[in-house]
Amino acid sequence: MLQIISLLVENKPGALMRITGLLSQRGYNIESLTVARTLDPQLSRMTIVVDVDSTLRQQVIKQMNKLVNVLQAVDLTESPAVRREMVLVRVRTAQETRTAVLKEAEIFSARVVDSSTEGFALEATGDPEKLDEFIDVMQSYGEIEITRSGVVAVSLESKKLKLQPPVLTEAR
Amino acid sequence: MSTLMNGAKMLLECLAREGVDCFFGYPGGVTLPLYDAIYDHHIRHVLVRHEENACFAAEGYARVTGKVGVCCATSGPGATNLVTGLVDAMMDSIPIVALTGQVTSKLIGSDAFQEADTFGITRSCTKHNYLVKKLEDLPQVVHEAFYIAASGRPGPVLVDIPKDVFQAQGHYTPVTSIHLPGYKVFTEGHTGQIRRAAQMMWEAERPFVYAGGGIVAANASAELREMVELLDVPAVLTLMGLGALPSTHPNFVSMTGMHGGYAANMGMTHCDVLIALGVRFDDRVTGRLAAFAPHAKVIHVDIDPAEIGKNRAADVPIVGDVKRVLGRLNTVLAETRPERKERLAAARRSWWSQIRAWKAEHPLVPVTSDSEIKPQHLMMEIDRLSAGEAIVCSDVGQHQMWAAQLIRFNGPRLWINSGGLGAMGFGLPSAIGAQFARPDKLVFALVGDGGFQMSIPELSTIVGHGLPIKIVVMNNGYLGMVRQWQELFFNNRLSSVELDSFPDAEKLAGAYGFKGRTIDKPWELASALEEAVREPGPYLLNVKVTPFENVYPMVPAGAAINEMVLAPPQPVAVPK
Repeated sequence: MLQIISLLVENKPGALMRITGLLSQRGYNIESLTVARTLDPQLSRMTIVVDVDSTLRQQVIKQMNKLVNVLQAVDLTESPAVRREMVLVRVRTAQETRTAVLKEAEIFSARVVDSSTEGFALEATGDPEKLDEFIDVMQSYGEIEITRSGVVAVSLESKKLKLQPPVLTEAR
Repeated sequence: MSTLMNGAKMLLECLAREGVDCFFGYPGGVTLPLYDAIYDHHIRHVLVRHEENACFAAEGYARVTGKVGVCCATSGPGATNLVTGLVDAMMDSIPIVALTGQVTSKLIGSDAFQEADTFGITRSCTKHNYLVKKLEDLPQVVHEAFYIAASGRPGPVLVDIPKDVFQAQGHYTPVTSIHLPGYKVFTEGHTGQIRRAAQMMWEAERPFVYAGGGIVAANASAELREMVELLDVPAVLTLMGLGALPSTHPNFVSMTGMHGGYAANMGMTHCDVLIALGVRFDDRVTGRLAAFAPHAKVIHVDIDPAEIGKNRAADVPIVGDVKRVLGRLNTVLAETRPERKERLAAARRSWWSQIRAWKAEHPLVPVTSDSEIKPQHLMMEIDRLSAGEAIVCSDVGQHQMWAAQLIRFNGPRLWINSGGLGAMGFGLPSAIGAQFARPDKLVFALVGDGGFQMSIPELSTIVGHGLPIKIVVMNNGYLGMVRQWQELFFNNRLSSVELDSFPDAEKLAGAYGFKGRTIDKPWELASALEEAVREPGPYLLNVKVTPFENVYPMVPAGAAINEMVLAPPQPVAVPK
């Protein structure tokens, strides 16, 4: 089943590789992955959707928290959270169906970002389920090509961030 | 300390500051600047003959002292040769810092000569790794590397240094603090959990201690002993924990697991409170998980929160340094000893007599013969000469299991073996590290004929430094453990396990310039071993033992640990 994990990681080379490596070495398939800087330029927030057995979800979070670059790893699968995704859809339309496609786009609050005699390019955002529906609908009008961004999520619970303070070490 | 120096010299200054007095390595193209700096530096570099052995030697050093072991290799093939050792250190939680050279920064990614993606390759077999891009980062990186390697659950850390960083010039300012916001180390156990554990332990009718490598890593032998005696509870140790309690301690039942003692595995299966200390419920110990300790409530103390609940849910999980937790637990136990002693005493007595009955039913009786040397007899003789005090560095296989069953240790950090990874070729080089760490100690490198042949190049290192290591080859002419499995589970179809063409030990040792001897008669055993121990320098004793001997008890793969095979099955004819 799909687990959605939100991570706060150090913005350092190799951090991404470590996290994906941890998942791939256990054979878990990554459905989507997004990462971008947070307010603090030294930190990035990563949202990963991974296909993992529900009994192993806690173990995955614990293993991620072990990584030196990971400040916090949270399982958002069953917690109150807002999940959003963006999709860019290129749809080929016949002359007759152009208006219908535009009407459907309006229903989904999708924007037209490109228009040509061949068809349209549309941009839609929303929760993943809404986007699934949008894609289905567009597909019924003609040939489509989609590029999904992957899920970003923000937790609605306030989770205290426990960070390790600096440690003073002595010379031997 | 602000003189101008190059990165190579700076690295050595960083190592000296971390308390490193000796490290193991092999030079190469990109590490030439480093080796030039080593030439007139006081830190001792030990040249091995294969980089894998540099890591194994660093491990031997770390396992025996508890300090961080250091190894060094050049880029490309040098670094990739370290990988087996790094995985081994990762599996057994041994503090290692591996230093590797890398091609000049601007050549990285261009498939340069002797270039390998060391950073990528070692990602999964290190606790953390670094690629140093600027000389200014070097002191902080090295300081962090040692800190990460030694703290929390110890493990290997790799630092990859490009050639231009070695050559760059800079001023060295020692680092005095670590800031790793994401690296959390939990040392203190939760007070409430400790109290709950103490109560559960006092109220248990059949308590059982299952302790392992974590006790050794935490240097918590004294605390373990105090607890075991306070509670008067039977205790078993894993392969990695042998010596954590002295082998002769009255409460020590035996080793547990796939080749553990009968009473140990039965005790695990029938206890009602399992006190797990510095262990990870490894498959070699638990057997079929669903049938493991089915009646027990589990108290699990470990410094790694990911281990708790990984294989077995813990009723009282305690994340913390086992030494600190046990210290506090012992105080609470002493304070909360129950008043009604009679009920407690009766339950304990009954449990102990059950344990003793199991021990008597199937004791670990070493087998001897008049005409040939039984492997168990060899272990008994080593045990006699060691008297619990020698360092025994073992390779992997049947000899390792018999040694674990039959050689006694008075304390921790004497039994040195590759447990989690089971890497053959570990025994001999780890003995090199151990002997450098403890020049005062008698060190045995106990190896099989298979593992020995993987490490022959290091005989050169041993002779070169005059290390008085006693190399004892348990030679049965086969890859024994694999042969045992082929016999028991593959209808005795022995495929590629015959190790013929073993060299003449006297000639081999002689070729390297030291003493060697082969024996195959039981009456020669004691005197040959004594001769080896008496020899001031290294000694190679090739002991030819009964070839088709199997290690028992054995928990077959997939079986529960109380479903042990205790004796040889009916002989199966070898198909022609």
